[in-house]
Amino acid sequence: MGRTLILRTFAFLFAAIFLMLIDHRSDYLQTVRAHLLALVYPIQYMVDLPVTVGQWLSASASSRQQLLKKNAEYRNENLLLRGTLQKFEDLKSENERLRRLLNSSKNSKERVQVAEILAVNLNHLERKILINKGQKDGVFINQPVIDAQGVMGQVIRVGLFSSIVMLITDPDHELPVEVVRTTLRTVAKGMGTINRLSLLYLSNTGLNTGIKVGDLIVTSGFGQKFPKGYPVGTVIEVNPDIGKPYAQVQAFPRAALEHNREVLLVWNNVARSK
Amino acid sequence: MNLERHRGSWVIFLSFIFSFMLAIMPIPVWATAWRPDWVALVLIFWCITIPQRVGIATAGLVGIILDVLKDMLLGQHAFSLCLIAFFTIKLHLRMRLFPKWQQAMLVFGFIVISQLLAIWIHSLFGLPTMDVSILYSAFTSMLLWPWMFIILRDLQSTYKVL
Repeated sequence: MGRTLILRTFAFLFAAIFLMLIDHRSDYLQTVRAHLLALVYPIQYMVDLPVTVGQWLSASASSRQQLLKKNAEYRNENLLLRGTLQKFEDLKSENERLRRLLNSSKNSKERVQVAEILAVNLNHLERKILINKGQKDGVFINQPVIDAQGVMGQVIRVGLFSSIVMLITDPDHELPVEVVRTTLRTVAKGMGTINRLSLLYLSNTGLNTGIKVGDLIVTSGFGQKFPKGYPVGTVIEVNPDIGKPYAQVQAFPRAALEHNREVLLVWNNVARSK
Repeated sequence: MNLERHRGSWVIFLSFIFSFMLAIMPIPVWATAWRPDWVALVLIFWCITIPQRVGIATAGLVGIILDVLKDMLLGQHAFSLCLIAFFTIKLHLRMRLFPKWQQAMLVFGFIVISQLLAIWIHSLFGLPTMDVSILYSAFTSMLLWPWMFIILRDLQSTYKVL
């Protein structure tokens, strides 16, 4: 045992570095990861279980009074949302008519499904979350994920039972967006902190007319990954940076991101029509 | 070659499963840098007591699983855990005779050295590196070592793990 120890150690260390190289540079290991993710799902499930049970218990222990009150609130909210939805349906059909008139090609139907975030800590330097839907539920890589308020991120890894979602606040995430008020196009990049986005490629001149504090940022649909029009964030800081080619603009994400318990997966079936 | 039959594999298996669970348990954001390296602690224990059973290969396997759990590059934790296993096995005979506080200091040293090397490899890949915070988790691991040692040793003697 003693003689071969150093040899074995070096062998394993080099294998580990080799593995990191392959994983970093290419996608060969994705299927391996997907299977391993399915294998370790029980561990993640067990860590999440106490949190889920705790929430279930506290919900079960709610008094009847509280439940009735909550019920009334939800009914009210439902009523208001349905009222707004009527107008939306009207706008949607008008939009489709106009598009047909212009012989426009896109007619997208979107389907959503609820997934739960598992209470598990991934690497704390990156902003990623683990959800309980995977390949067997039809989740695919780069699938958009949203919550009730706005865009959350994309699926980056799919296992059989679970998937990993990279949030828009992750330093590696870049999202094509536009300002609603002026349709100015920019890119929202994560900064690695929990609730800040950096808006790139905005020139120093003409800042006030193009973008200002309080503006709403939505997805622009570029890059074919995210459907157009989903809210991303609100601009909170506009600082022209004389020394650099672009201004420093920051936004506050609309989605509750890591404070959520449930998220929505989006299926965007784009049907091309002539 | 060791002629004794292996016993109590499930104890080793379960101890690692528990260390995985502790490693990914959700804790407040300010505490994440201070989380002890549970998997390293369990690995060091088994490498000290039964190095003929739990060695570099086990460390590599455990490392890969930890990489998948934490969604990091495959091989990252395998690298640091193999290194920790190497140091521990090299010194296991002496470590068995040390008082616990001295063992704890060695635990601190092993974790810090392997973290530093892992960070160096990270920087070669251009990945985000950490700062002084790597010392925090090594520090809490060191504080936790005596308890981990006692608990695991009791488990080992109760179930006669070999």
